[in-house]
Amino acid sequence: MSTQVEPAGPDAGPAPAEPGGEGAPRRSVAARLVARTGSGAVQVVLILIALFWLVPTLGLLFSSLRSPQDNAASGWWAVLTKPSQLTLQNYAELLDNPDFVASFGNTVLITVPSTVLIVVVASLAAYAFAWLEFPGRDWLFLAVVGLLVVPLQVALVPISSLYGGTPLYGSIPAVVLFHVGFGLPFGIFLLRNFFAAIPRDLLEAARMDGGKELTIFRRVILPLGGPAIASLGIFQFLWVWNDLLVALVFASEASQPMTVALQSEMRQFGANIDVISAGAFLSMVVPLLVFFAFQRYFVQGVMAGAVK
Amino acid sequence: MTADTADTAGPAPAAERAGGPAPRGRLGPPAWLAVFFLLPALLFLGIYVVYPILFSVYRSLWDAPGTEFVGLDNYARMFTRADTFIALRNNVVWIAVAPAVVTVAGLVFAVLTERIRWSTAFKIVVFMPMAISFLASGVIFRLVYEQDPDRGLANAVITTVQDTVAPTGAYPGAEPREGVPLEETPGGGYRLAEPVTPGDTVTIPLVGVNSDELPSDTEHAARPQASPDGVAGTVWVDFTRGGGGREGEIDSTETGLPALRVEAVRDGEAVATATTAADGTFTLTGLEGGDHTLRLAASNFSEPYNGLTWLGPTLITPSIIAAYLWVWAGFAMVLIAAGLSAIPREALEAARVDGATEWQVFRRVTVPLLSPVLMVVFVTLMIYVLKIFDLVFVIAPGSVRADANVLALEMWQVSFGINDQGLGSALAVFLLLLVVPAMVFQIRRFRREDS
Repeated sequence: MSTQVEPAGPDAGPAPAEPGGEGAPRRSVAARLVARTGSGAVQVVLILIALFWLVPTLGLLFSSLRSPQDNAASGWWAVLTKPSQLTLQNYAELLDNPDFVASFGNTVLITVPSTVLIVVVASLAAYAFAWLEFPGRDWLFLAVVGLLVVPLQVALVPISSLYGGTPLYGSIPAVVLFHVGFGLPFGIFLLRNFFAAIPRDLLEAARMDGGKELTIFRRVILPLGGPAIASLGIFQFLWVWNDLLVALVFASEASQPMTVALQSEMRQFGANIDVISAGAFLSMVVPLLVFFAFQRYFVQGVMAGAVK
Repeated sequence: MTADTADTAGPAPAAERAGGPAPRGRLGPPAWLAVFFLLPALLFLGIYVVYPILFSVYRSLWDAPGTEFVGLDNYARMFTRADTFIALRNNVVWIAVAPAVVTVAGLVFAVLTERIRWSTAFKIVVFMPMAISFLASGVIFRLVYEQDPDRGLANAVITTVQDTVAPTGAYPGAEPREGVPLEETPGGGYRLAEPVTPGDTVTIPLVGVNSDELPSDTEHAARPQASPDGVAGTVWVDFTRGGGGREGEIDSTETGLPALRVEAVRDGEAVATATTAADGTFTLTGLEGGDHTLRLAASNFSEPYNGLTWLGPTLITPSIIAAYLWVWAGFAMVLIAAGLSAIPREALEAARVDGATEWQVFRRVTVPLLSPVLMVVFVTLMIYVLKIFDLVFVIAPGSVRADANVLALEMWQVSFGINDQGLGSALAVFLLLLVVPAMVFQIRRFRREDS
C-alpha cells in the first residue's frame, strides 16, 4: 500500500472479470437466474447505501438554501415539493459579513503556504533519504516512519508555551509552521518511497554528466516524482484546509480560519442554522472541487497515509 | 573509475572524475551534502514533534501552573477525576466498536461493488466525506439528528415508519369529563364502568380536545337514537366555548367527536366496532343479547411518537460513531478494494468450480487472502479513533459534551479550558503511549516491505 507509486483512483486497477462472464465455466439456467436476482438485490442494497451517503449532504445543501424561518418551520425536504423556498439569501448575508470573508481568506493564507512548505521541505529530505549516502541514514528514516503516528495533541501544550510571549502566538505563521512540522513525517515517507523507485540509471547518468545534486533534484527527481508530489500536495492541502484543532489552539480571532469561525457559531446551533449551513457548505466547496478534479491523486495520498 | 559504472551508463563519460574520492564504491556526492537537504526537515521535526514529546513527558510531572513537582500525580488523577474517566471509558467504547464497524462496512462495500457496473460512481459517493472537514460532517449530522421529526431527517424517517406500523391517535390529549363513570384501560383507552345491553343509549363526554384537532366537517353533537338490536351513543366534546354549558349534558353549541373508534367487548374480545359520525353518534350493531363492555379504543388516544433523542446523554456516542462510519467507510472501502483487485481470480474461480457457495468463497478464500489489508485498515482506524476530536466536539451539544467526552477532547479542554497543562500533558503522553503499538506495527511493516 504505502509503497505503491502509480496514482490509483477508486476505479483504478484492472477491472475484475465479472463472475459468470466470458470465460467462466458454463452454469445452469437456474444458477444464472439465481445470480441475476442476487445481483438485483445487490443493486438495491447499494442504491440504498449510496442514498444514505448522499442524502445527509443534500440536507445540508438544501438547508443552506432556505430561509431561517422555513428551516425553523419544517424539514429541508419540504423544498422538494415547494421549490419556491429556495433562496440565496443565507449566502448573500454570509458574503456580506466581513468576519466570515476574513476567515475564508485566513483559511487560504494558512493552507497554501503550509502545503507549499511541506512539499518543498519533504521532497528535499526524501531525496536525501532515497539517493544520498550518509551514516545513520536508515535509522534516521525509521525514526521518521515512527513519528508518523505521533498524535498532534502531544505538541499542543509544548508549542503553545514555546510560542507564549512571542509575537508568533495567534498569528497565521504560528499555525502554518505547526502544520508543516506535523505534515513532514508523512510527506517524507510518501516521497522517499516514490523517489527510491526511480531507476538508478537515470540518476547515475545525470551525476556522471557532472550535474550538481541540486540540479539533478530539480531536473530529474522533481519531474519524475510529479505524481507523488501531487498526491502529497493535494492530501496536505485538504488536511490543512479542514483542520479545526490546530487553529483552535494557535490562531487568534484575527487569524482564525473558517472552521474555527463556524465552530464558534455552533453554540447556538438552532438559532444560527442559516449561517452555519451556508458556511459549512461554502467551506466544503473548495475541498469538493479539489477532490473531483484530482480524485486519483487524493485517493493515492490517503492510501499512502494508511497507518499514519 | 569505479567498477559500478559499467552496469549503468555504458562507456564512461565521467572519466574526468576518476581521480576524485569515490567512497563506498558509488559515484555520489559527499555525505555532508545530505545535511543541506535534510536540515530544514530535521529542524521542523525536532522543534514540532520530537521536542514536544520530551517536553510533554517532563511537563506531565508538574502541577497545573507548572511550579510544583508532583511526580505521577497527574497520571493518577486521570483515572480518578470524573470527567477524565468518562472520556477514558468512551474511548474504550470507540476503540471497541468504530474500527471494527468501519472495516466490516468497507469490506462489504468493496466486495459488493465488484458486482455492479456503476462501482466507480458508488465509490466516489462513499469516499466523498473523506475530502470534507469533520466540522462540515459534524454540521451535516447535527442536522440529521435534530430532535423534532419535522426537521431532523433521522427522526423523520423513524417516525414515518413507526406511524405506519402504529399510527398516532386522533385525540392524544382527550380524557373523560371528571365524574363520568369511565375508567382507563391498561393500553391507554377508556371503558364504561357499567355494562351495556342492546337497546341502551349512552352519552360519553370527553374534554381535553383542541379545536384544531377536530376534522373540519365536525357538526354539533346530536343525541343518540336508540336502536332495538344495538347500542347507540354519542361521544362529544363537553365544552362550551365562552362558558355556560352544563357539564355532562349535550348543549346546543357543543360538537361531536368524529372518527373515534368505539368497541363492544365481551369476554375480552371486541365483538363489534363502530366509528363515530361527524355529529359524534355511533351505533354498535349485530350484538347478541346480554352484557357488553363499551370501550373507546386505545388507538384513539395514543401519543405521537417523536423519535429517538440522538443527541441525548445515552445515544450520543453511538450517534457520533455512526457519523464516523459515514466519514471513514470510503477509506476502508478503497483500500480493501485495491487489495481485492490483487487477489488472483483463479483462486476464487477454483473454489466456485468446486461447488462453494458465494458465502463460502467470501468466508474461506476472499477474507483470508485480504487479511493483511484488513489489518492495515483496522490499525489505521484505531489510530485515528484514538485521536478523535472534531466530530465529538462539533456533534455533541454543550449540554451532553461531558457524556460524549473522549481523551483528545478532554486533553484540549483540560489544557486550554481550565488551564491545567500538567494533567493535559499527562493525557497527551497517555495518548502517545496508546499509539506506540501502532508505531511498532508501522515500522515492522515498513522494514518488511522495503527489504
